[in-house]
Amino acid sequence: MIDAYNIYDNMDRNNILLSFKGDITSELLTSILQIMENKMDNMQEEPKTKKKVYNVLVECLQNLYHHMDDATDGNGDKNRSAIFMIAKNNGAYNIITGNYILNENIHGLKSRLDEVNALSKDQLKDYYKSVLNNGEMSLKGGGGLGMIDIARKTGEKLDYNFLEIDNKVSFFTLIIKVTQPQLI
Amino acid sequence: MEKYAIEGTPKTPTISFDIQNGVLEIKGRSIPENSIEFYKPLVDALDKYSSASKPSTTVNIQLEYFNTSSSKCILDVFKKLEAIHKGGSAVTINWHYEEDDEDMLEAGEDYQAIINVPFKMVQVAE
Repeated sequence: MIDAYNIYDNMDRNNILLSFKGDITSELLTSILQIMENKMDNMQEEPKTKKKVYNVLVECLQNLYHHMDDATDGNGDKNRSAIFMIAKNNGAYNIITGNYILNENIHGLKSRLDEVNALSKDQLKDYYKSVLNNGEMSLKGGGGLGMIDIARKTGEKLDYNFLEIDNKVSFFTLIIKVTQPQLI
Repeated sequence: MEKYAIEGTPKTPTISFDIQNGVLEIKGRSIPENSIEFYKPLVDALDKYSSASKPSTTVNIQLEYFNTSSSKCILDVFKKLEAIHKGGSAVTINWHYEEDDEDMLEAGEDYQAIINVPFKMVQVAE
């Protein structure tokens, strides 16, 4: 029997505003963005905070949408499903995504995340402009700007983890913190 | 073709390109998953326009949100405008941003640093 109370209690204690586990589709992203926009309106968030959270949310969700590997899960089943959660703790929003990744792709992703995390605000701006203007366009259209943009807009380091499931796949977790901009 | 127009959706902007008067407007949200597909017709329309451009071309960009997938496509649009500017039509890009939206202002300044066309940063009330 599924322990719904346990899940409820866990979400409640972690101040989860919204969570989803399953296939990430374009329609789903549209709905989620709309729900979060309404929620932030109801919570009477500052327009500045709303914009920042919305922007970062778009990038996080589209990252998931574009980059989820056709990885098999621990049971050997094809699995394109992912999890994401949005929490609000002490005024800061946390956007958490989790998805399977092929072990062979960990190294590349990890070095990109570390590269972005090592840069200062000004360096991120320069890096963004050089990638924007490098003439390369990935088939997915992002061209590698997503993580740089998230780091730039939040001013926070990208917090991540790889949990090895078996010799083929790992579970990749990314936690993005969006703090309330200082009110002037 | 004297006008090129696309209605906005929750994920894509309203685009109107008045070729007769040399006025291009992009307004709303640009957060599609596949932005290349979305922007291609506009880039093609600008290509056509470049061979018969008006003495001046005014571009109004008023985006509420845009994703990184769109940012390279917007750069492509601006590169076409740069070529049109070099080709003899005086192009001005008016980049609108809401008064508290520093990220949008910075995004405009990023393009301004890359593209050799006069930019005007226009602050609008929320």
